[in-house]
Amino acid sequence: MSGAHTDVDKHVRTYITVFVVLMALTLITVAISYLHLPLGPAVALALFVAIVKGTLVACFFMHLVSERKLIYWVLGFTVVFFFFCLLGPWLSEINEIGPHLRN
Amino acid sequence: MDAIPYTVEPRPDTGLNNVKIGIWLFLASEVMLFGALFASYILLRVGAPPGTWPVHGAEYLSVPLATLNTAILISSSVTMVMSWASLMRRDFGKYRLYMGLTVLAGFVFLVVKYFEYTAKFHHDWFPSTNNFLAIYFTMTGLHALHVIGGMAVNAYLLAPGSKMWRTAPEQFTNRVETAGLFWHFVDLVWIFLFPILYLL
Amino acid sequence: MAAHSHDAHGDQAHHAHHPVLGFWRRYVFSTDHKVIGIQYALTGLLFLLFGFSLMMLMRWQLANPGVPLPLIGGWFGETRMPGGVMLPEFYNQLGAMHGTIMVFLGVVPLAVGGFGNFSVPLQIGAPDMAFPRLNMASYHLYFWGGVVMLGSFFLPGGAAQSGWTSYSPLANIAPMGQTAWLLGMVLLITSSLLGAVNFITTIIQLRAKGLTFFRLPFFVWAQFVTAFLLLLAFPPLEAAAVMQLADRLLDTSFFMPEGLVVSGQVMDAYAGGGSPLLWQHLFWFLAHPEVYVLILPALGIVAEVIANNTRKPLWGYKALVYSVLGVGFLSFVVWAHHMFLTGMGTTINAFFQTTTMIISIPSVIILTALILSLWGASIRFTTPMLFALAFLPMFGIGGLTGLPLGLSAADIHLHDTYYVIGHFHYVVAPGTLFALFAGIYYWYPKATGRYLSSFLGKLHFWPSFIFMNGVFFPMFIQGMAGVSRRLFDGGETYAHAQDVLWLNDLMSWSAWGLGLAQIPFIVNFFLSLKRGAVAPANAWDATTLEWAAPSPPPHGNFLVPPAAYRGPYEYSVPGEERDFLPQFEPGGASDPGDEADMAGFDPQTVPAE
Repeated sequence: MSGAHTDVDKHVRTYITVFVVLMALTLITVAISYLHLPLGPAVALALFVAIVKGTLVACFFMHLVSERKLIYWVLGFTVVFFFFCLLGPWLSEINEIGPHLRN
Repeated sequence: MDAIPYTVEPRPDTGLNNVKIGIWLFLASEVMLFGALFASYILLRVGAPPGTWPVHGAEYLSVPLATLNTAILISSSVTMVMSWASLMRRDFGKYRLYMGLTVLAGFVFLVVKYFEYTAKFHHDWFPSTNNFLAIYFTMTGLHALHVIGGMAVNAYLLAPGSKMWRTAPEQFTNRVETAGLFWHFVDLVWIFLFPILYLL
Repeated sequence: MAAHSHDAHGDQAHHAHHPVLGFWRRYVFSTDHKVIGIQYALTGLLFLLFGFSLMMLMRWQLANPGVPLPLIGGWFGETRMPGGVMLPEFYNQLGAMHGTIMVFLGVVPLAVGGFGNFSVPLQIGAPDMAFPRLNMASYHLYFWGGVVMLGSFFLPGGAAQSGWTSYSPLANIAPMGQTAWLLGMVLLITSSLLGAVNFITTIIQLRAKGLTFFRLPFFVWAQFVTAFLLLLAFPPLEAAAVMQLADRLLDTSFFMPEGLVVSGQVMDAYAGGGSPLLWQHLFWFLAHPEVYVLILPALGIVAEVIANNTRKPLWGYKALVYSVLGVGFLSFVVWAHHMFLTGMGTTINAFFQTTTMIISIPSVIILTALILSLWGASIRFTTPMLFALAFLPMFGIGGLTGLPLGLSAADIHLHDTYYVIGHFHYVVAPGTLFALFAGIYYWYPKATGRYLSSFLGKLHFWPSFIFMNGVFFPMFIQGMAGVSRRLFDGGETYAHAQDVLWLNDLMSWSAWGLGLAQIPFIVNFFLSLKRGAVAPANAWDATTLEWAAPSPPPHGNFLVPPAAYRGPYEYSVPGEERDFLPQFEPGGASDPGDEADMAGFDPQTVPAE
């Protein structure tokens, strides 16, 4: 990876900005948790903030925003399978035959 | 025909060198690893018998300590990427400073975790106590193992491995970038672990 | 078999730069993909033999329940076979370990670690894998994982005995051997993950000049998809293994439900509240793609052997490629067809049934393309071709018998019966294993510089083919009669099994025949190292890049970096004198657009190391 001096300087400014935003979002998500919202909205908000933070780390610290197509393809498929793994067991469970024996 | 091509210089049609692809593939597998644990968290929580799952993670866990740890890890991600940027600017001194800070941050993170864990044991809260604690210890434990692994690599690049800066600076810079990708991933996992375990 | 010993003509100066490595660096800690490939292959074959022996013990018990094993019955001790009579616990150990060893220590290491490592870099014209040291680490993780697995037989309580599927809660409370199984699996999974990273990077990055993706041999495509399956499907099982270890060692209740009672004893050491089904989901999320890991390299080998021995291009190359990509993708979304009877609702059952039916389409396309490749062919009945031809109907039977299992209504009757065992063994045994034999006969000349004896090869093939069917076909009959799997007495005590019990005898005798039929192969394998007919570089008048290298190839593989000038299966090209036109030969009929492929592409230079 070749990087010209000026390129890196621009990157460094971005890193500092992202750092500040991440810290702010951390404080925000903790503050929201003290509101003790009902589970649904609480999960949605927490995940939303986490996804924003994660995207910032991935795009800027991990340089994903300027990565090659190949990497995007690999990660794309990974995300698809990730969601299958995440949701498959849960969806199978809530579609049970008969009474929910465990609850 | 002997040396492996594209270990440092990128291959023209993919635009990538071998290690870059290798580390992203490895991180893809790590996404699936933690994904399975998140899937388990969902299933266990949804299926937990009434009264066995805490309404808020804060019933067992310390939100302030974990917030501190989150700040530490995010900071370490910045110092990590700055260490790479320093190498790109050919500033080896700054590289060592930032890499040193990264390793230190990782160490502090683990110390905080140590205090968290021992506090639980002090209360007689073990992985076997209930499934919330089980998944908490397992997920943060596996994450901590990754922190240790990342720290080991970073410490190597800080000290003995840094000799390569003099003989093959571009390859060394790539190594630091690769280690950085792993370290940022460790931060990324924590960014999700933190709210899910502590705030919900 | 040593990569260093048969050196190429010339290149003395080149080799002057390499210190002669000692025994350990050449044969045990080698980073050369060919040596590692052979390590994987030999270790895998040994494990296959061992797993086969475990099955022979089981087959004795199934055909003669409660009868002391003659001659060697006394070898197993009082905890396993008192008086030579097999205890049910030992039968269960044999069953669980037979499956585990065959799948994880035998077939996959041979198919992926062995053939993949040896042939892929050669077929893409590369000097080695992208990460040679990682490759060595992968082999050693596999080897020591295998040692842990085998060692578990000697633990108190014996080896794992809860099936290769290790379902909770049974696996949670099983003896120590289960913990060893889990630790062994962690090592094996890590080995596979590192290997997968290596394969994918190698195939993407180290293809020779002119070797575009759509000029790759189908074998390389198959290994490429297989590597993605290993990469993305194994981690959930690793997570599950960690959780089952936690359940066993830390008394967590990930997979332990509330209020479990075992043999009258309340399991109150556990807090409960966990889900045994969670284990099943995570296990099958891996284990279904795993079965495609078992078959795809085999399909790849069969494709190579068929193209070469029909002297015509494969039928439907693009269809094959798109189908193997489709199979790979779909394999991630069918896993719960192994769980149709766990109480999942009709909606989710219908979803998985549908995806399972859909995945049969690309599978059938692949098989059809291979069969159609025979049409109008000049077939050479070499030993590899015999195995490849037999593969086709055997895999066909295996695949077709999978259909009723994939339909949840029919599965109600067939689940956990011998029908299932018949189905998957047809696919893996006369399916994959035959393809792997074909691969060994095909690439042995490349690896050793000598051909395997074709007389001994036929002596290996014909009885194997007959006895494979003798062992596995009756299983369909027993299964449809309702005989359950994993019964240590072969169904003896069940009224509905009485009419089909005699098949146990047929299967056990066939198993003996199958075992004896492997002796010509073992003899051939070692004898031909020194006594086999000498093979030239292009031992089969083949077209793919590996045949440009000397037989056996030296360290670095090619004397001159090869390039690909055309597709992989240019056989019987009109206007050509010979009936084949290798990929690596310039000139002659070639694809238009070659200039575009070559332009702007730096040739891989030989660096002065």
